[in-house]
Amino acid sequence: MTPSTMAPDTGTRKPDTAHVRDIDKSSVREASSIELQGLHKRFGKTTIALDGVDLTIEAGEFFTLLGPSGCGKTTLLRILAGLEEPDAGRLKIGGRDITDTPPHKRSVNTVFQSYALFPHLSVRDNLAFGLRMRGMPLERRNAKVAEIAEFIQLGDLVERRVDQLSGGQRQRIALARALVCEPDVLLLDEPLSALDAGLRSQLQVELLRVQKRLGMTFIFVTHDQQEAMVMSDRIAVLDSGIIQQVGPPRDVYERPVNAFVARFMGHDNLYRITARGEGGRLSTELGELHCESPGAGELLLVRPETLDLLPGEQPGKNRLLATVGERLYRGSHAEYRLDIGGTSLQATVNNRGRHLPEVGERVTVAVAAEDLVTLGQ
Amino acid sequence: MAYSDVIPSLRSRALVSESRHLLFTVAPGAFWIFVFLVLPSAYLMGVAFMTTGPYGLPEMPLSVESFRRLAGFGFLGWSPGNLYTLLRSLWQTLVSTALVVVIAYPIAYYITTCREKWRPIMLLLVVVPSWTNQVIRTFGWMNLLAPGTPLANLAESVGLIDPNMGLYPSNFAVTLGLVYNFLPFMVLPLYAAFEKLDTAQVQAAQDLYASPVRAFWHAVFPQTLPGLLAGTVLVAIPAFGMYVIPELLGGGKGMMLGNLVANQFAGSANWPLGAAGAILMLIATFIGLFAMRRVGKRLGGGEEVVI
Repeated sequence: MTPSTMAPDTGTRKPDTAHVRDIDKSSVREASSIELQGLHKRFGKTTIALDGVDLTIEAGEFFTLLGPSGCGKTTLLRILAGLEEPDAGRLKIGGRDITDTPPHKRSVNTVFQSYALFPHLSVRDNLAFGLRMRGMPLERRNAKVAEIAEFIQLGDLVERRVDQLSGGQRQRIALARALVCEPDVLLLDEPLSALDAGLRSQLQVELLRVQKRLGMTFIFVTHDQQEAMVMSDRIAVLDSGIIQQVGPPRDVYERPVNAFVARFMGHDNLYRITARGEGGRLSTELGELHCESPGAGELLLVRPETLDLLPGEQPGKNRLLATVGERLYRGSHAEYRLDIGGTSLQATVNNRGRHLPEVGERVTVAVAAEDLVTLGQ
Repeated sequence: MAYSDVIPSLRSRALVSESRHLLFTVAPGAFWIFVFLVLPSAYLMGVAFMTTGPYGLPEMPLSVESFRRLAGFGFLGWSPGNLYTLLRSLWQTLVSTALVVVIAYPIAYYITTCREKWRPIMLLLVVVPSWTNQVIRTFGWMNLLAPGTPLANLAESVGLIDPNMGLYPSNFAVTLGLVYNFLPFMVLPLYAAFEKLDTAQVQAAQDLYASPVRAFWHAVFPQTLPGLLAGTVLVAIPAFGMYVIPELLGGGKGMMLGNLVANQFAGSANWPLGAAGAILMLIATFIGLFAMRRVGKRLGGGEEVVI
C-alpha cells in the first residue's frame, strides 16, 4: 500500500535523502490514512443509518464499502466528506481529528453518484472549480486543468458545456474535477452505477489504473459485489449500519463470517449443521461432510465452483450422491441444480470438453475438506 | 428517393397543404397582433405627431410640438416637471424591483426547502393576494398608512415623519405599494429556477472547497439568473408604466409616467402629449428589455435567458 509516487527516487540520492524520504513517506501515509471510531448516525427518530462503525483505512488503499441500499454506506461516505455530521464518534484523517471540520476545509473530494457537474459552467470551469475556490492563480490553474483533461483523455472537450457530454464523459469529468484538487482521500459514491455494462467495466479498469498510478486513498461505495471484488484492496460489507466483515476480496468471498455476507457475495449453498463429530465431521442437511478447520458457526458454506461432478454413483468420504435437477449451459461453464435427498445444491462445472451430466442423470458430488467453510448465522 | 420526386403532383399537393396549414395556424395570431397591437400603436404614433386642437383632440398638421412639450418646453420656457416625472418613474422602478428581488429570493428558496406537499400551498399563499383587485388592495394600504394608524404613529415616534402627516401620500408609499404588488411575479420564476437546482451541486461546491457563501455565489446564484431576469422583466416593465398605485398612494409629488399619460387623456385633455408620453414609455421599455437581453446573454454564457 505504499504510495507509488515515492518509488522512483529510491537509492539514487546521497545518504541524508533516506531520512528525507522517510519523512516524505510518513507524511504521505499520515495525510491519507483514515480512522473511524464509534460512528453513530440516525435520521429522524427511528432510522438508524450507522450503528457504531469502527474502521481503519490505510493510506493508498482502494477501500470499498459494500452493501445493499439503505445499509449506511453512503451515509458513511457523506460523513467522511463532511456533508453529514455523525451523532457520535470521531473521524480522523492522517491522525488529525476532522469530525467538526466543515466540508470545504477538508482535503477530501467526492465523485457524486449523479456527478453533480455544474450545468452553467464549461467543462474547463467545472474542472477548475476546486482550484479556483482554493485561490490558485489563473495560470497555474489552467495548466493543471489542461494536464488533468489530458490525463483522462478528454482534452478536446474542455470548451464544451456539460449538457453536451455523454454519460461516460460526464463520469470522467466528475472524476477529474475531484482528482485535480489532489485530495488526501477520494470518495466515490457509486460512480459507475449510471453507465451501461460495457462502459462500466471499461471505466472500472481505468479507475483502478488511476488509483494505482496516483497512490491516492480511494473509498468506493457500491452495491455490486462483482465490482467490489474487481476493484478493491479491501472490502467492508455493511448491513443495517453495522460493518459485518472487513477484508481483502478473497477473504470476504471465500470466508464470509456470516450468512448475510455469504448471501450478499452471491452464495446460496448454505446448510444448517445439525451435529458435530470427531476430526471435523459435520452432519448437515446435505449429509455427512468433513471440514478441515470447522469453526463454531452453525452454517456450512459449499461454494459451487469447488464441487466436482463424477459420473454415476461413486460413494466415499466427502462424496454425495445426487440427481441432476437443472442444467444451465453457459459455454465456458455449466451451472447445475442438484437434488440430494430433497435438498438442493448448486454446482458450477468448467467446460473442459468432457461429459456434462444431463438432467435426470445420477451423479456423485465430490468436495475437498479444505474448501468447506463454517460460518455464523 | 422520395415519393414526391417520382410523382410531381404529390409534391405540389404537399406544398399546397403545407401553406394551407400555415394559414390556419398563424393567421389568427397574426390577425390578433395586427388589430390589437400594430393598429393601435400606429394610431398612437400618428396622434403623437399631430397638433393639439381645441378640447385637446389631435388635429392636422403634423408637428413635433408634443415631444417638445414632453421635454418640458412650454409657453413659459423650460420647466423640469416632466423630466422629474420620468426620473421618478425610473427611480421607483429601480428601487422597487431591487427590493422585490431582495425579498423574493429568500422566499422562493425557502419554499423549495419545504416538504413537497407544502410547496403548492406556500406558492398559493404568495399568489392569492393578487387575485383581489389591485385598486382594492391599494385602498387597503391607504388605510394602513393614513395619519393616526399604528404604522404612521410608529414612524412619527421614531421621527421619520412630521406629526399628523401619515405615511401616505408619499414616494415611500408608492415604493411600498409597488413592492407589495409585484412580489409574486418575482417569487414564481425564482421558485421555478430553484426547483430545477440539484442540491448535490451545492454539496459538490462545498466539497470543492467553497465556503457556504461562495457555494451560493458560484454554484447557486448563476443557476437562478434566468429566473431572476425573467422576474425582473415581469416586475420592472409593468412597474414602470404603473398608474393605479402612484395615483392612489403617491399624491402630486409621487406622480409617475403612467399618471402623466393618463392625465393628458383625461383632465388635462391633450391627446398628442399623452400619445407622446406613451411612446416615450414604449421606447424606454424596449431599451430596458434590450439591456436585459444583453446582460442575460453575457451571464448565461451565450444562452438566451430573457424572452
